[in-house]
Amino acid sequence: MTAQLHDASSIPLDKIDVSDPQLYQDDTYYPYFERLRREDPVHWCPESRYGPYWAVTKYKDIMHIEVNHGIYSSDAGTGGIQIEDQPKDMVRPSFIRMDPPRHDEQRKVVSPIVAPQNLSNMEATIRERTGLVLDGLPCNETFDWVERVSIELTTMMLATLFDFPWEERRKLTYWSDVAIANVNAPEAPVHSEQERFDELKKMAETMAALFNERAQGPPKFDLLSMLAHGEATREMPLLEFIGNLTLLIVGGNDTTRNSMTGGLLALSQFPEQYRKLRDDPALVASLVPEIIRYVTPVIHMRRTAREDTELGGREIRKGDKVVMWYVSGNRDPDAVEDPDSFIIDRPRPRQHLSFGFGIHRCVGNRLAELQLRILWEEILNRYPVIEVVGQAKRTYSNFIHGFRSMPVRIPMH
Amino acid sequence: MPKVTYIEYDGTEHPVEVPLGLSVMRGAVGNNVPGIDADCGGECACATCHVYVDPAWLDKTGTPVPGSQEASMLSFAAEAEFNSRLSCQIAMRQELDGLVVRMPQGQH
Repeated sequence: MTAQLHDASSIPLDKIDVSDPQLYQDDTYYPYFERLRREDPVHWCPESRYGPYWAVTKYKDIMHIEVNHGIYSSDAGTGGIQIEDQPKDMVRPSFIRMDPPRHDEQRKVVSPIVAPQNLSNMEATIRERTGLVLDGLPCNETFDWVERVSIELTTMMLATLFDFPWEERRKLTYWSDVAIANVNAPEAPVHSEQERFDELKKMAETMAALFNERAQGPPKFDLLSMLAHGEATREMPLLEFIGNLTLLIVGGNDTTRNSMTGGLLALSQFPEQYRKLRDDPALVASLVPEIIRYVTPVIHMRRTAREDTELGGREIRKGDKVVMWYVSGNRDPDAVEDPDSFIIDRPRPRQHLSFGFGIHRCVGNRLAELQLRILWEEILNRYPVIEVVGQAKRTYSNFIHGFRSMPVRIPMH
Repeated sequence: MPKVTYIEYDGTEHPVEVPLGLSVMRGAVGNNVPGIDADCGGECACATCHVYVDPAWLDKTGTPVPGSQEASMLSFAAEAEFNSRLSCQIAMRQELDGLVVRMPQGQH
């Protein structure tokens, strides 16, 4: 029997399993974490479809794991970063699934693309595209915000980062969806690990052609060229090539896509905050990190203990699967005041776990913030209000906190 | 009270009194000095309180211990230099009275 069939307050503690993807599609996970944070913050779940695991639910315990990467490994070989293991013969390493020193070497190949100078170079392009997409939206008509805005904008960004053929850019979105799909979900683009792997191999073929082209040419400032010329990345085995490209594609669009949707949903659920924003558009600066906290685009990250250790008074054994539930840490009242409220003018809005912390902290964090800031500045320049007019459909996943669609309407003004 | 001068990327100077024992990061954040984000709140878990210590002060502040968490986080900061520090890791002492630190173009 799965957890969501029980009442979160009466289910025996050892039966609480927060890994069920249904909890996130239905948006019903909150009371389980609320109870765990209060009664059993470092929680041992002895049985789940992914095997036994520790659920870590408090902000400070998650932070402790993040900075102790020597004990808590991300390495693909020891288990990687998701509660669900990749099948043994399909393990796709990437720098997010590596420990130092290889992690450090590969990350440094791509990180200059999101350095402050380059972000400021990209700002005008992002603003122009955002304006065009918003100007093309219909008024007084229901349309899907995910399709018309969130996917469109983040796919354009990704095509630019890779210098990917513009007309074929929706392939990037498709590969991103393939990479994160839960193969058990009826609406998933792939329905088995083998099918996923085959599709990702097709991605690798397309990307390898571009990669080889870039390797022949002089170094340019796009991700494929950087990988092709980087000492730590120019000769990657196929699985690692797939792994790193998947990482950059998913990291480079999916999380921002879902923040673009979740942010509008949050404002519609807290109309007094939306009013406050309209009255003072300068609040976009603190709105953006609050959206990222409130949405928490990555539900969890997993580590594996390299040695026996202790966490929040519990004994962790070497080899244990340790899962950091960011959705819970970001709603921890000991770290964030009134955490279930969406408040666009919090004093320290960037103190949230959504980007992770420590050496694996999201490399694109400031680019994500930049895209969201421009989106909201340009929305406020055009439309006083955008109404969410129906149920948002969420993704069946315990890893990526996604939206598949959200019907909205812009009243004629 | 000892004083720290924070210099923004555009050259704007912010002289601030920072109580002994408080970190240079806290001195900036507590006085609304722009240019230091400190996303992790002083846990040495990000690199968004990155500053360049004026070379004349480097003897007194010291540089990160190789292999330390600070050195590791700084190695991922954009445009790290020989005089880069995470300001959350510099605790205010009397001998740092007059310290000058400069901010990078952006924190990330």
